[in-house]
Amino acid sequence: MSKRERDEISGTETTGHTWDGLKELNTPLPRWWVWTFYVTIIWALGYSIVYPSWPLLTTNVKGLWNWSSRGDVAASLSAAQGAQKEWLDKINAADVNAINADEQLRNFAVAGGAAAFKVNCVQCHGSGAAGAVGYPNLNDNDWLWGGSLDAIYTTIQHGIRSTDDGSTRDSAMPAFADGVLDATQIDQVANYVLKLSGNEADEAAATAGAQLFTDNCASCHGADGKGMRDFGAPNLTDSIWLRFDAPTKENIVAQISKPHHGLMPAWAAKLDDATIKQLAVYVHSLGGGE
Amino acid sequence: MAVNEQLDSTIEQHDAVAVHSEGKRSTPLYIASRKVYPKAVSGYFRNLKWILTAIFLGVYYITPWIRWDRGEHAPNQAVLVDILHRRFYFFGIEIWPQEFYYVAGLLIMGGVGLFLITSVAGRAWCGYACWQTVWTDLFLVVERWIEGDRNARIRLENGPWTASRVAKFLAKNAVWLLIALATGGAWIFYFADAPTLLKSFFTGQAPFVAYATVGVLTFTTFVFAGYMREQVCIYMCPWPRIQSAMFDENSLLVTYNAWRGEPRSLHRKKALAAGQKVGDCVDCNACVAVCPTGIDIREGSQLGCITCALCIDACNEVMDKMGLPRGLISYSNTVTYNDNAAGKPTHLKASTVFRPRTLIYFTVWSLAGLLMMMSLFTRERLDVNIVPDRNPLYTKLSDGGLRNGYQLKILNMKQQPLTFRVEMQGLAEGSFAGDGLTMVSPREATVNVEADKLKNVKIYVTMPPNTVKSESSELAFKVTETGPEGDGESLVTGTVFHGPKVK
Ligand code: SF4
Ligand code: SF4
Repeated sequence: MSKRERDEISGTETTGHTWDGLKELNTPLPRWWVWTFYVTIIWALGYSIVYPSWPLLTTNVKGLWNWSSRGDVAASLSAAQGAQKEWLDKINAADVNAINADEQLRNFAVAGGAAAFKVNCVQCHGSGAAGAVGYPNLNDNDWLWGGSLDAIYTTIQHGIRSTDDGSTRDSAMPAFADGVLDATQIDQVANYVLKLSGNEADEAAATAGAQLFTDNCASCHGADGKGMRDFGAPNLTDSIWLRFDAPTKENIVAQISKPHHGLMPAWAAKLDDATIKQLAVYVHSLGGGE
Repeated sequence: MAVNEQLDSTIEQHDAVAVHSEGKRSTPLYIASRKVYPKAVSGYFRNLKWILTAIFLGVYYITPWIRWDRGEHAPNQAVLVDILHRRFYFFGIEIWPQEFYYVAGLLIMGGVGLFLITSVAGRAWCGYACWQTVWTDLFLVVERWIEGDRNARIRLENGPWTASRVAKFLAKNAVWLLIALATGGAWIFYFADAPTLLKSFFTGQAPFVAYATVGVLTFTTFVFAGYMREQVCIYMCPWPRIQSAMFDENSLLVTYNAWRGEPRSLHRKKALAAGQKVGDCVDCNACVAVCPTGIDIREGSQLGCITCALCIDACNEVMDKMGLPRGLISYSNTVTYNDNAAGKPTHLKASTVFRPRTLIYFTVWSLAGLLMMMSLFTRERLDVNIVPDRNPLYTKLSDGGLRNGYQLKILNMKQQPLTFRVEMQGLAEGSFAGDGLTMVSPREATVNVEADKLKNVKIYVTMPPNTVKSESSELAFKVTETGPEGDGESLVTGTVFHGPKVK
């Protein structure tokens, strides 16, 4: 035990602890402070009984209130969903055009659609809905099957060439290399298509291709090449190409010879109607909606 | 009460021991705190403190009830912290969350102001303005009114629990509780419309947080002002520790002028007659009896002293009776004290207030104030933000043109609905459109924004084919208040138009 003494200046006793010649004065704490300290200990005990605390081998003590952070999240989620119910009810009752016409409903649908899009659609269409080669950009004003709210709504519901939906949008471009056209003819049609969209083309071949186009392609792509939405046949006169970045002759020849076909799932079986409506309003709001 | 018969008969000798005396600490690690029974006192500083107390309490209770007409689009409460809508109203000033730096500025002014006051007059905050001091004073008034002054209370508490003691105890605590409730109750009115909240509070319809706040504040007021008192200042509050770093030899502190008072003597007249050397202090302990923190100022400046100046009043009263000059205990500073102690009679010089330290504090304080005033009176009540879409950066259209999307945010911080004109500048071939815009021409539109609201408009800027010459080109939007309500305030906000990489 170190030696206690009385400090001359303050008259207070020292604790007997000395550091580098500095002595610690023993200024007593007020008793209530000590009691406060005991109260915190009791509080801590209570806390560890009520809340999850001691770790066990595979789990932990759950506490009397059975509180968990996961449970907390679940509760706030269901509270948030409860708060949305009023809006979802309105969306269920209205059709897509009515939703779009009501400013508040539209705001809700655009936000909700954006969230659903991030979960279900970004895998193909990209997080900014800008698509990629083979996957349409939903921001632009070029639509294969129509860009009105109703058309978009139908497309999302039933998909495109979806195998498990009888009302799916369906069409198939024949493989013209399989005995329909020979290589020269395909080359001529490709030249004509290039010319249609204002690209450089072999004039003579394009002129020959015009007749071939009328005979073989116009039934779907239209006599003027502007496409036909009933068949999802793309407009061949504009600047937007789904199957390739650059409209070169090779790319066009490849598509005519052995076409690729896109496939979009039918979402009616996977998502509820309110979500599909919100998705339609969201996609429509991206700038190209008609 | 033991009155020393030998003492000059006009001076009451107090049986007071400094509870928090520096020199009488005992050894154990903790001790029961001893109760302080401050004696009532009257005098200059006591009166000053009553006036200040009345002003502070008045301001605190009345402020939320002052009305201020802001028209139909904003609340009519003069001072309101509207947390739900994220606004702070102070008479003619309205602060939005992004203008929170004004509050930071106020805090800076508060901090520097405290430094200034402290370097001039020591713990003036503690002694005169701190809520702990003000509310303790208020509770003491109640205590004296019901249980009597110092001696009566000591006698009461040392005596048995008679019926009258129980009655007094209950009455005192009941009144305290009412005051505490009113204190906590007044606080919540700063955060909601006061009359509405008052009604809903008593009909049980106020939000839970209102009741919880009142509960917590009632509890702390009751306990801190009724029972903890000086314990809060001595053991809990950080401010005394910080303040002592801000005093210097010119700071005014409540000082016992030992050079004049010592050697103190109970039998001053006799000793004088006997030709002994005596000081002016008659050792009546009046200063100790009135001290609300239970210290003896004659032991020197110490942590327990909140500079409430009540011992000055008490001592002056004694000096008057003795026919001696006032100011045995007085506001003084180390320089003056040392001069006097060294035998050079000096008076406090007003010039010690103006010294580099205080002047610097004052300059910083007033600069902060001036800057805030200037920016408050010149600030824009319109704010425009344009955020270009990042994904996708641009969209190619079927005719080969390009389109960019933007979020246009217009903050109308005025308290009336306004119509704004939005004009596109730069990129001469381009045009824009957006939901909620009324197009005047392809490059000009109008939009209505509600009073005191932010309007978020999605706009699309379109460039015809082959007009975009670089990966990013500059453009701007000019937003101008129009219509009879607007006063033509306008802002030009620049942004960029993205295009494909140019090879
Ligand atoms: S010590 Fe703290 S609580 Fe006491 S008067 Fe000063 S600031 Fe207030
Ligand atoms: S010593 Fe004097 S000034 Fe200091 S707290 Fe006590 S009464 Fe107030």
